[in-house]
Amino acid sequence: MSTLLEVEDLTITFRTAHGPVDVVDGLSFTLEQGASLGIVGESGSGKSMTSLAVMGLLPPTASLRGRVSLDGADLTSLPESKVRRLRGDRMSMIFQDPLSSLNPYYSVGMQIEEAYRAHRPGVTRRQAHKVAVEAMERVHIADAARRVDHYPHQFSGGMRQRVMIAMALSTEPDLLIADEPTTALDVTVQAQILDLLQEVRRETGTALILISHDLAVVSEIAEDVVVMRHGVAVEQAPAERLFSDPQHPYTRALLDAVPRIDDEIGELRGIDAAAGVGGKP
Amino acid sequence: MSATSTGQSTRQSTGQSTVAPASAPTAPTSQSSEPLLRATDLVKEFAVPGTGGLLGRADTFRAVDGVSLEVRARETLALVGESGSGKSTTARIVARLTDATSGEVVFDGEPVTRAKGDRLRRFRSDVQVVFQDPYSSLNPRHTVERIVTAPLVYQGREVPGGTRAFTQQLMERVGLDPDHHRRYPSQFSGGQAQRIGIARALAVSPRLVVCDEAVSALDVSVQAQIINLLRRLQREEGFSYLFIAHDLAVVRQIADRVAVMSKGRIVEQGERDAVFDDPQHEYTRTLLAAVPRIRPEWERARREAAEARAATATPDREAEAAGTEEETTA
Ligand SMILES: Nc1ncnc2c1ncn2[C@@H]1O[C@H](COP(=O)(O)OP(=O)(O)OP(=O)(O)O)[C@@H](O)[C@H]1O
Ligand SMILES: Nc1ncnc2c1ncn2[C@@H]1O[C@H](COP(=O)(O)OP(=O)(O)OP(=O)(O)O)[C@@H](O)[C@H]1O
Ligand SMILES: [Mg+2]
Ligand SMILES: [Mg+2]
Repeated sequence: MSTLLEVEDLTITFRTAHGPVDVVDGLSFTLEQGASLGIVGESGSGKSMTSLAVMGLLPPTASLRGRVSLDGADLTSLPESKVRRLRGDRMSMIFQDPLSSLNPYYSVGMQIEEAYRAHRPGVTRRQAHKVAVEAMERVHIADAARRVDHYPHQFSGGMRQRVMIAMALSTEPDLLIADEPTTALDVTVQAQILDLLQEVRRETGTALILISHDLAVVSEIAEDVVVMRHGVAVEQAPAERLFSDPQHPYTRALLDAVPRIDDEIGELRGIDAAAGVGGKP
Repeated sequence: MSATSTGQSTRQSTGQSTVAPASAPTAPTSQSSEPLLRATDLVKEFAVPGTGGLLGRADTFRAVDGVSLEVRARETLALVGESGSGKSTTARIVARLTDATSGEVVFDGEPVTRAKGDRLRRFRSDVQVVFQDPYSSLNPRHTVERIVTAPLVYQGREVPGGTRAFTQQLMERVGLDPDHHRRYPSQFSGGQAQRIGIARALAVSPRLVVCDEAVSALDVSVQAQIINLLRRLQREEGFSYLFIAHDLAVVRQIADRVAVMSKGRIVEQGERDAVFDDPQHEYTRTLLAAVPRIRPEWERARREAAEARAATATPDREAEAAGTEEETTA
C-alpha cells in the first residue's frame, strides 16, 4: 500500500480582532490508500478546520502553514482550479452541518446529480438522475424515487445528513472525509450507514477520515486514531492500543467520560482542565 | 404496540376531562396530577409533490400521526426513535413553531394551540428550544451577545447585570470562552455553536426546554458538563425538558421517562428503566440492540491498566489524574 495523504506540521491561523490565533498547531499524520483514520477530541480542538484545510476550503480569514500532500503532490501550493478539480474527482467531504451545506433552492436530487456530473462529465441528465435515486436508496431513504425531487427543508435532520453522504459517495472518491456524519441518526440507521461506508471502502478502496465524538463508532471503524485537544494531537495510535491502553491523561479522561447505557445514574464525569492536559507536574 | 397505545389513550382521556378553563391558569399546577405540558393526538400532514400523472396531484404525507405525550413539572421526557419518524416536527408543534394539522397542546392548564398575542408571548417565554441544526438556528449576522440576550429583549426585560456580563456568565456556564462574546456564529466550531443555542435557551429561566439533539455535537466531556448543568437547573429552578436524542446512553443518564417513535407514532412510552430493561415493542428492542459499544476486551484491558496505575500511584496524584465531578470551583 502506498501513502495517499500526508499532513505535515499543519498549522492553521485565524486573523481575529485580538490578533492571530492558532487553532491547529503542528499537526502531522499520514493515511495509506484504503485505510481509515479516526479523529476524536475536544469540541473546538481543530478537527473540522483540519479537514477543511485538506479539502482546500478554509475560510478566507484563515491561513495555513505546513504541507498537505495527496499522492506526493503538495495541495497547498497548487492553484485553486487544480484543487477544485481534485475535490470533485478524488476527495469528498461530508460536512458537519448538513443544512448549511446544502443549497436550499435546489432539490436534493439536483444537487447529487451536479456532484456526479462534475465528476463524470458527459453523462446525461437521465443517467445522473438514476444515479441520484440509487444513491439515496443506498443511504436508506424510503421512497427515494419521489424524495429525490424534494428540497432540503422537507427532510429531517438525519435524512439531510444521509443526503450529504449519498452525494459524497456518488463520486467514488479516493479520500472521503466524514465530519460527524451520524450525529442525527438513530442507532439502527447509523449501523446501516457505517456498514455502507465499510462496504465502499472494501469495494472502491476509498480511504476514510472519520471525525466523531462517538468513541464507540470510531472504535468500530478506524484502524488508527488521533486524539486532539487545543489544536494539538495529544495522542496517535492504532485503535486497539488507543482504546485498551491510552497513554495521555486527556485520552484516559475522555474514555472515562463516555456515558454507558448500563451505568448507574449519577453525576457524569467531566474533565478538569488541569488534570486533563496533564499540565501539572 | 396495542398494549402501550391503549395504556396511553386511557391516560389521555382521563387527563382531558381535567383541562382547566383559561380563566384559571394557575389552578392546575397546584394539582400534582396535572402535567406542565400535555399534547393530545397531534397530527401533522405535509403536502408533497405527487409521483406520477400529468397533473402531478399533490399528496399529503403524515409526518406525525396521532402523537400524545405529557411532560410533568421538573421532569425530563426523552423522545427517541427512527430518523425521520417525526420527532423534530412534534417538538416544533409543541413549541408552537409550526401548526399541527389537528390535535391539542395544553401548557400549564391553558390550551395554547391557537393562542395569540399576549398569551402566545408568555408561552414563548416559558418554552425555549435548542434546535437540531446549530448554525442555521443562529443568525449569522448577530454576535453571541445579541443572540443570547434576544429572548430577554423579546420579553421587553432588562438584561440583568448588563449585556456583556450576562453573556459572559452564560458562556462560562456552557464551557465557552467568555472573551468570545462579540464573535459571530461562523467563528465557532460545531459543538461551540450548539452551546450558544443552549445558552440562549437558558437565558430566560424557561419552564420547559425542548432540546432537539442538543448535545450531539459535543465531546463526551463537554457533554457531561452540559448534562450536569441541565440536571442542576432542573433541581434548583424546576426546569422540565423534552429531550430528543439518538444517543441512548445519554438518554439513560438524563431521562425520567422515555417515548419511542417510529413512523410518526409513539410505539412505546414508559419509565426510563422499564423501557431500557424490559422493552415491550419490537422496534425498541431493535434500537437497544444496535447501540454501538467499544469492544469489551479493549474496555477491560483499559480498566485493568487504570487500576494497576492507581495501585502504584500516590493518592493525591491519582485524584488529580482522574478528573473531577461536575463543574467544581475551577
Ligand atoms: N472564523 C474564525 N475565527 C476565529 N476562530 C475560529 C473561526 N472559526 C473557527 N474558529 C475556532 O477554531 C477552533 C477549531 O474549530 P473546529 O471547527 O476545527 O473545531 P472542531 O474540533 O471541529 O470542534 P467541534 O467538535 O465542536 O466541531 C475553534 O476553537 C473555533 O472557535
Ligand atoms: N416542511 C416539510 N415538508 C415536507 N415534509 C417534511 C417537512 N418537514 C419534515 N418533513 C418530513 O416529515 C418527516 C418527519 O421529519 P422530522 O424532522 O420530524 O423527523 P425526525 O424524527 O426529527 O428525524 P431526525 O432524527 O432524522 O431528525 C420526515 O419524513 C420529513 O421528510
Ligand atoms: Mg467540527
Ligand atoms: Mg429531527
